[in-house]
Amino acid sequence: MKIKTLLMGAAAAFVLAPAAQAERGADGELKILYYQAVSTLNPYLSSGTKDVEAGSLVLDPLASFDQDGNMVPRLAVEIPTVENGGVAADLTSITWKLKEGITWSDGTPLTSEDVKFTWEYCTHPEGGCAQGAKYEGVKTVETPDPLTVKVVFEAPKPYPYQPFTGATAPILQKAQFGACVGAAASSCTEQNSKPIGTGPFVVTDFKVNDVITLEANPNYRDAAKPAFAKVTVKGGGDALAAASAVMETGEFDYAWNTQINPEQQAQMEAGGKGKFVNAFGTLVERIEINMTDPSSDLPEGERSTPKHPHPIFSDARVRQALSKAIDRNVLVEVGYGAAGRPTCNLVPAPAYQASDNTDCLTQDIEGAKKLLEEAGWVDSDGDGIRDKDGKKLSILYQTSVNAVRQDFQALVKGWWNEIGVEVELKSIDPGVYFGGDAASPDTFQKFYADVEMYANNFDGTDAEPYMSQYLCDKIPGPDNQWQGENVNRFCDPAYDALVKELSSTVGIEARGALVKKMNDMLTKDSHVIIPLVDRGRFSAQSNSIDGFIMNSWDSELWNVADWSRVK
Amino acid sequence: MTDTSAAPIKLEKPRSQWRDVWVQFRQHKGAMVALVLLCVMAAFVLIGPLIWRIDPNFIDPDPVKMIRLRNKGPSWDHPMGTDQIGRDILARMMFGGRISLAVATVAMLVAIFIGTTVGVLAGYFRRIDGLLMRLTDMFLALPLLPLLLVMMFLFRDAAAKVLGPSMGTFLLIVLAIGVTSWMHSARIVRGEVLALKEREYVLAARSIGTPARRIILRHILPNVLSPVLVAATLGIAAAIITESVLSFLGLGFPPDFPTWGRLLYDGVDAIRTYPERVVWPGIAISLTVLCVNYIGDGLRDALDPRIRGR
Repeated sequence: MKIKTLLMGAAAAFVLAPAAQAERGADGELKILYYQAVSTLNPYLSSGTKDVEAGSLVLDPLASFDQDGNMVPRLAVEIPTVENGGVAADLTSITWKLKEGITWSDGTPLTSEDVKFTWEYCTHPEGGCAQGAKYEGVKTVETPDPLTVKVVFEAPKPYPYQPFTGATAPILQKAQFGACVGAAASSCTEQNSKPIGTGPFVVTDFKVNDVITLEANPNYRDAAKPAFAKVTVKGGGDALAAASAVMETGEFDYAWNTQINPEQQAQMEAGGKGKFVNAFGTLVERIEINMTDPSSDLPEGERSTPKHPHPIFSDARVRQALSKAIDRNVLVEVGYGAAGRPTCNLVPAPAYQASDNTDCLTQDIEGAKKLLEEAGWVDSDGDGIRDKDGKKLSILYQTSVNAVRQDFQALVKGWWNEIGVEVELKSIDPGVYFGGDAASPDTFQKFYADVEMYANNFDGTDAEPYMSQYLCDKIPGPDNQWQGENVNRFCDPAYDALVKELSSTVGIEARGALVKKMNDMLTKDSHVIIPLVDRGRFSAQSNSIDGFIMNSWDSELWNVADWSRVK
Repeated sequence: MTDTSAAPIKLEKPRSQWRDVWVQFRQHKGAMVALVLLCVMAAFVLIGPLIWRIDPNFIDPDPVKMIRLRNKGPSWDHPMGTDQIGRDILARMMFGGRISLAVATVAMLVAIFIGTTVGVLAGYFRRIDGLLMRLTDMFLALPLLPLLLVMMFLFRDAAAKVLGPSMGTFLLIVLAIGVTSWMHSARIVRGEVLALKEREYVLAARSIGTPARRIILRHILPNVLSPVLVAATLGIAAAIITESVLSFLGLGFPPDFPTWGRLLYDGVDAIRTYPERVVWPGIAISLTVLCVNYIGDGLRDALDPRIRGR
């Protein structure tokens, strides 16, 4: 990882060097394809990735995340820390310094008032801001002078970098959006489709859900950038068509989210006009094990609740055996190709908080069989299925309807049959499975099965909210309308204590160490979660584009100002 | 003296009605070809698995072998190739055909049985006509797919518990499709019965005191057979498609149960790279539907005494 990072950095520096001497707008037109068409350029009014990313062509946050999840200053001079005095020692405030001389695309200067206004805009109770979570816990935003912004929190914040960072929380211009606060937010069509920004491009035309045309921002802070004079962002089609438009026909320079199956990836790459780029974030496809009894013999309201521990999985050796029997490399090969990689961790990135646990990467059928025998599960009647005290080792394995997931089910079932476990498969319509309807027996929270498979991730780089999903009191059940996030019904006082410790720990390294420990508790120590595949972002880039760096922590267009055309 | 020993008149063997039907049916070339093809299909799915003994769900447990077996084109080991995780497509086609054909046939029988019963009763007995036809209208007005989904959703667990996951699903799917597709045949049959019961021979039967039950069985049912058969053939086609839809939505058979419909849907993902994955189940479904339609066509002609012998 480290070496890869260094190499990528070096490559980027190499590529950027000539571009820096280039002239603004010298490289003509850049064509971008977002097959889910863009419907607004204001990321505060849409949680869709496509809208957030398109908005990042125009709008800038104070700081962005680079390809490794590290923060890089954008409108700010530097990243505030406790050491440089930017973050208060008691962790209740953070002070950002804006770069001098930055102007909006209309020529007016950017001031701390704009930053403060952005916070007011998003936290207005009637505004329905889609990124409200970014500003959670902010008490007030102060502006001691035009270039200083002080964010004051209601309580000590060990991770104070949520507000104003990343493509989901860019700065809006007060002069333009002043009349669009609160209930008026979504009716400001002109502002939302043509926001004035500090970014490298300015919108010239916006056709909702179709096409956006932009031109280089004449007032951009770097006089030599961007290299492109015009950008067209087109919508429509599907992942396959999008990949083909870059890789085979060369109509577009970049296509977002081209998740297609491995065979098609190989076929497209043979086209020779482009390449697939990937970046791994925190999205992990995993098998979750139910620690409680989902048997339909139990009365409704007691099924899958901690009242009845699971009759088979209460023994950790059985859970470990299931994990050992899986060949994760094959799963990646079959399902994702270059868009995935095998993992044993719940938190696979960024590097400072990812555990080095790799034990599960090699399949061990014999070891799995041995574990089951130690646990007392033997095939006493010779039917190929292990049993113990007259109970068969038989489990129900559910997931959503999805071609890749059904392949995974078939493969995993094969391996588990091999170690003497009988598996019944079930696939559920995704709308129902992820729908969260408390009345439906088929939601993933209700978990009326022994094991289930899905993917989940966390927003940003800090894993604290994610890790606290596994607290004892987050177990879904009839008393909380089945809305908890702890779908495994995992409960360990030692783990709860660690979550508490994390909430008051400062410093990236110390927090990372805690997250690693908690990750190991859930995966390699207890095998309550069986991580399978780390799924990355996967996009297609034309060979004629230089300077592109794929990023899974921020907008994929985060460094579009540095892109240029290969001469 | 007259010669009384004249040669006895050679009487032709008496011909049964079904023999006549068969003779007429053989005149219909399309129907004959379809019948042969359908028999071949039936043999393929029924006898095939006895000869071709590969488990349709077998995936080589050795990952290296499995990877090598993926996405193979046709070869002697795998005449239809293998799918994306190395399963034999021929075996899956045979196994899938069994389920698809069984579902289609049984569901069609259920639908025809309900449809004919309702149609005959409504057409023959005026008193219950209004009631039954409003019931039919109500079923016609129901949005079928949501109704199917709700049925599957409510009763799947209960059925699976009693009969096991695959048999329970089979019964439920068959009943669900049957119960939601009888309306058209009911209307057709009712219309036919309304006309028939005013015919002279029915009036004659009634005038000599034949009970309603006997009139229906003896005089009316044989005469509505042809529209029923046509409705039945169309029903088979619809049932195959409906089953695929349910499987696709995750409410049909468990995912490790191949059916033609499911194979078709799975194949769509690979249509650019491996079009044959869609072609095989597609051909099987269309061929079956086409055959059944042609046979229905032939039967209708053969069963109609006015056309017979032309």
